[in-house]
Formats: sequence, C-alpha cells, structure tokens
Amino acid sequence: MLQIIITLAIYIALVIPVGNYMYHIATNRKTFADPVFNRIDRMMYKVCRIKGEGMTWKQYAISLLMTNAVMVFAGYFILRVQGILLANPNQIEGMEPTLSFNTIISFMTNTNLQHYAGESGLSYLSQMVVITFMMFTSAATGYAACMAFCRGITGNSKGVGNFYEDVIRITTRILLPFSIVIGILLIWQGVPQTLAGTATVETIEGRLQDIAMGPVAALESIKHLGTNGGGFFGANSSTPFENPTIISNLIELYSMMLLPGACVITFGKMAAERKKEKTGNAVAKIKRNVTCFGSQGRTIFAAMSILFLVGLTVCYLAEKSGNPLLAEAGLDQTVGNMEGKEVRFGVAQSALFTTTTTSFTTGTVNNMHDSLTPLGGMIPMLHMMLNCVFGGKGVGLMNMIMYVILAVFLCGLMIGRTPEYLNKKIEGKEMKLVAIVLIIHPLLILGFSALAVMTGAGQEGITNPGFHGLSQVLYEYASSAANNGSGFEGLADNTYFWNITTGLAMFFGRYIAMIAQLAIAGSFLAKRRVNETVGTLRTDNVLFVFILVFVVYIFAALTFFPALALGPIAEHLVLWMP
Amino acid sequence: MKNFTSYLKKAFGITLVLIVLCGVVYPLVMTGAGQLLFKKQANGSMIEINGKKVGSELIGQEFEGEQYFQGRVSSVNYNVYSEKEKEDGTYTGPASGSYNYGSTTEELQTRVEKDMEAFQKKYENATGKELEGEVPADLLTASGSGLDPHISPASAKVQIPIVVANSGLSEEEVETIVEENTEHKFLGIFGEEKVNVLKCNIEIAEKMGVTLDE
Repeated sequence: MLQIIITLAIYIALVIPVGNYMYHIATNRKTFADPVFNRIDRMMYKVCRIKGEGMTWKQYAISLLMTNAVMVFAGYFILRVQGILLANPNQIEGMEPTLSFNTIISFMTNTNLQHYAGESGLSYLSQMVVITFMMFTSAATGYAACMAFCRGITGNSKGVGNFYEDVIRITTRILLPFSIVIGILLIWQGVPQTLAGTATVETIEGRLQDIAMGPVAALESIKHLGTNGGGFFGANSSTPFENPTIISNLIELYSMMLLPGACVITFGKMAAERKKEKTGNAVAKIKRNVTCFGSQGRTIFAAMSILFLVGLTVCYLAEKSGNPLLAEAGLDQTVGNMEGKEVRFGVAQSALFTTTTTSFTTGTVNNMHDSLTPLGGMIPMLHMMLNCVFGGKGVGLMNMIMYVILAVFLCGLMIGRTPEYLNKKIEGKEMKLVAIVLIIHPLLILGFSALAVMTGAGQEGITNPGFHGLSQVLYEYASSAANNGSGFEGLADNTYFWNITTGLAMFFGRYIAMIAQLAIAGSFLAKRRVNETVGTLRTDNVLFVFILVFVVYIFAALTFFPALALGPIAEHLVLWMP
Repeated sequence: MKNFTSYLKKAFGITLVLIVLCGVVYPLVMTGAGQLLFKKQANGSMIEINGKKVGSELIGQEFEGEQYFQGRVSSVNYNVYSEKEKEDGTYTGPASGSYNYGSTTEELQTRVEKDMEAFQKKYENATGKELEGEVPADLLTASGSGLDPHISPASAKVQIPIVVANSGLSEEEVETIVEENTEHKFLGIFGEEKVNVLKCNIEIAEKMGVTLDE
C-alpha cells in the first residue's frame, strides 16, 4: 500500500514541470532547447513544404485525416509484404489481410489492440518502420488534436493552429527526446536492443531454450510515452524482456502517466492565460496562483484523480483478497490473486499498473487481465468505458471536457440559466456535438458486444464459460472503442469476425469523436465572449469537482451498469457467495 | 481538386519524413547507443558458463530434475524443448503468455488441484513426510508472461527439503544458495522479495559437480 502512495506522490512532482514544458510548446513559447530544435524543425518544414499558416477547424481535421490515411496505406502495404523485405532474421511471412487491417487501424488510432503475437507475427522491419513509427505518429496526432481543441476552446488565437507544424513539433520536441532517455534507462535495466534474431541456448539439463529478442527498448519507451501499449512480445509488459525489474516498471508507469496528466496542466495554463489577457496587467497577482495548474485545469485534474483513486482502491482490494476457490484447493491466498501475475511486481504494482493502463488508455499490461478477480477486472473495463480518467494522449482531456460541458449544461437547466463555460455560451449546436461524442462510445461497445454474443462467429471467440465469457466480449470492445488496446487475452480474437468488428470500433471510436470535438472547438472559437456575472456557475471550485465526478458516474451507471451486472458483478457473486 | 492534391502532397511528405526519423533513424540510434553503453543488457543479459550460454538471468526455465528448484507454472513451458519435440512439432517456436483462465473458470481449479497433488507427491517421495501447511500462491499459479524467472522466498523455502533430499547437498548449503540469490525490494519499498530460480539451480549444479562445459 505504501509503495502505491509513494509512487503516486512522485508522479505529482514529475507532472508539473512536464506540463509547464508542454504548455510552452503548445503556445509556441521559448524553451531552453530551442536553438537545437528550431534548426531540425525548419529543415523538416522545408522538406515537407509546410508554411505554418493557421487553419480553421475544418482544414485541421482534413489534414489530420488525410495524413493518417496515407500512413495507414503505407503501413498496410509493409505488413502485407514484410516476408520479402529486409531485417527479417526470424523469417516471418506477410500478414493476412483482415489481420493487417486490424493491426494497422489499431496502431494508427493509438489503440494497439494486438490480434497477433509479436514473436511470430512481425519482422523486425515491421516492428520498427510500422509499429514504432505509428506509435510516434498516432500519439502526435492525438496530442495535436488536443492542442487545437484547447486553442479553440480557450479562444486565444485566430485559428486552431497548423496540424503539420504541431505534429512535427510534438515529435521532435517531446516524443523523440523523452523516448531516447527512457529507452536508454530501460536498456540499462535489461530490455534488449539488438538486431540479432532469437537466441537458442542449451540449458543445464541439456535441453534447448529459445530466447526471443530484438529492437525492444526503442519500441518500449514510445509504447508507454505515447500511451500506445502494443507490446513487442505477445505477453506485453509482463514479459521480463519488456519489463525486467521493478525500476523498469516504475519508469514505464511514469512514462505513460506523464503526458496525459501534463495535457491537463497545459489546458489549465492556457485557460488562465486567457483570463489574464482579458483583465489586463492589473492582475499579475492571479499569475502566481496559476503557476502550477491554472484553476480550470485544477478542477479537471482533481476530478480525474478522484475517479482514478476510487478505481485503484477497488482493484487493489479485490486482487488482494485472492481467489477463494484456490484457497479451497490448499493454495495460500494471503498475498492475493497471483494467477497471471509476475512475482517481481506482486499484487500492489500489478493493480496499480492495471488501473493506470486503462485510465490513461495505454493498453500495456504487466499482468494478464483475463485472470484478474471479477471486480479487479471490472475496474479496468469501467475506466475504459468512462474514457476520461486522464485518458490517452490528448483525447482523455477532450473527453473530460465533454463531461464538463454536460455538467455545466445540466446545472444550467437546474438553476434556469444559459450555461456558460470559459465565458462562452453553450448552445444547441455544441450540445448536439457533445451528445454525439458521449453516445458513440457506449453505442460501439454495447452494440458490437450484442452482435458478438448473438452470432456464432462472435461466440466462437469466447473461451471462458458463463459470466466471464461476457466480460471477455465487453472488455474487447471497450478496449477498442476507448482506443486502449489491452485485452482479456483468452479471447480467440484472430478471426475475420473479431478482426473486422474491433477494427471498425477502433476507427469510429477515434475519428468520430475527434472530428466532433474539433468542431466544438471551432464553434467555441467563433463565439463572442460573455462577461461573468454573479449567476454564472463557477467551474473552478471544489463543488464543481464533485458535480463533475458525479455526472461521470451517473452517465456510466445509466449506460453500462446492466452490462457490468451481467458480467463481472455476477461473476463476483458466484465466486464469493456460491 | 487542387486543394485535395495539396493536402495529399503534404500528407505524403510528412509520412515519409516521419517514417525515416521515427521508424529508421530512431531505432538504429537506440541500437547503437544500447550496444555501446550496456552491451550485456542490450543482448539479453545472458548467463555464460565457460563461454557457453545457458540462459538469461531475466528469463525463467523449466527444470525436470528434482534436485532443482521448480519455477512458476508456464503456459509456454518457458520455451524449453528437446530436439525431439521440435522435430515432431510439439514445440512450434518462441511464445509468451498465460492460460488466461478467469477466477471462476473450472480449468483453473482443476489445474491447481492436479499440480498440488503432484507437488505433495514430490515432497513425500523426497522427504518421506507429508507436506504440512499451505503452498504459497505464486508457486502453483501461472505467471503472466510464462517466462517469470522468480519465485517468492516462501515458495523457495517450501521446496528446500525436496532439493536437499534429491541433490545430496546439506540444508545449510541450499539455504545459503537461496539467500544469495534473493533480490530485495528497491529502496526497501518498491516491488517484492524474490528468488531467481535459474541462478539457484546453476549453483546447485555446480556444487553437485555436474559438468556444464561440453
């Protein structure tokens, strides 16, 4: 328990300076590293002929979609023909079409759902040129969209920014330097980084052992940093070569938590800056108060933290109480549920990693989620359904702001005033877009789950009987729609049915929400400012934090409770009250 | 239409530039840096005895001999196989993962009960006594990766009588071996206490005089 608390305390200390750095990049301010990066960036702008003019939200969305589309086609092509290309020491063949479709959508949408196993499914070239490359670009895309969204919603600049410039700046100034440092730390801990193929050794008993290796560390660092989550090996970060020690485990935890948390701080500062501009220089005092978070950012960060801590507590306690059926068989359960976990992480670090990976929608796992206790497995599922507990790179913040707008709207209805957020009136158009974002997510999860349990092709994938079988299905689609990518891996998911349906869930889950959110930003930007009055609902105080948490839980309960009751909750009752 | 091509051109440009930067330059720079700075770790932390690789300190192994400690249950047999198993196709290549049984899945209970029986029998054969008390959870549950190199100190302790009886080493000797290969919590706070099974077994083999250098 103590180690969880200390781990989180260190996180808070780390996230503030990073948030500050990201704020400087989002708003094009000077940083200490400019002399180096300016040169690199200018060279890249020149090659791509980027002029850096501001865009409207529509132009931004089109450039985002077109760029992603080109990347998808390039990646798909490489996966199909990887067998005849370079850097393939383990002689892996080209990938089957529906699996390639699923894989490429999965990596482009920052999901990293994997229906293949890295050891046998990908050549080293694909691991580098497709997987590692997409981990960078999908994270940069998500964060670019978020920056555009923040610019629009806080209404500082004329346009929402330039997509190409954003992507390049994020890649060169944040993702690459951080990845290099983290990658080297991981190699130091024992993560391999080599182009040599699988090693075969003779054991001391005279038998043989295959030890799969490769350029793992390079992928591993961006996998967490970009909240991607797709492992080099089938068993992801539970594999000792992806996550060899407790130190590497902490490094991986922090790298996935850092940037989504920092996004909130960036937003808070941008919102605070807007206020300062408006009221002129006289309020230099405010500036001191906003140095850390910015009051609007603080509310959101607090609400996310509450949701996170509630989930973490439930997950940890559930895992700690073990499995009564195994206790019956004579297996000591005092340390908790160890099936599917690694000894070096134990129950505490596993529960923390599980909650983190699904809250920050990374999807990397250091234990097997299918073997979690029923309630321990419900928390990751729930957090992907909420999809706003910090959330993936950039998109989590955007989703949370959808809930903020919803909360402001509901409160507005209750007190009978026109709802406002950040001095802009929220009207019918914005509410319709918010409703689209909030409805598409449950619709994808529940709709596809219903389809899967109704059809033979879907049922074939289910490997665990009873209530747990439904959990497997729900988890897979929650993971796809939330662009998380972890799985209840028992699901036999490399079939046409699962490849195609989860591919579609990932695609719509990512792009429909993102476009609608950019549209909201555009519409905010076009609105006139209204002045704050006594009657304006304040969105920067403790009361609003609780309203927000409440709205999120109510929304989740209304949409997902029936499904959860039939899956994990029913399984829990069977396990403990037979 | 002109607009469309201009978007397309830029999309191609940026894709190409980023593929080169993130997909080629970055991993190769990392490979160079890793090989230069941490040669041993970058190549899989291999354990060599007399110049021959016998395993990696980070990857567990399956042991058949009862004079050795057994590791955790693995759904992939730690990728350990014999020549014969490779020829007849029982072994299909390196993998990782777990059984992915849910808590209420019947196969989980059946597997644990079967392994429990086997372990109790092994204990009885070695010591002539019945096993008292419970078996620690990690010993008979499957690891997430199927390659877990560690067991908990409790799981090592429960096996010591078996190892002593089958190896001919004294109890103190085996206890020292376990102690020497126990890794502690980081800063006394983070992680768990754990014993590296392969390192223990290599020392046992050496003490027993098994020749490893053919």
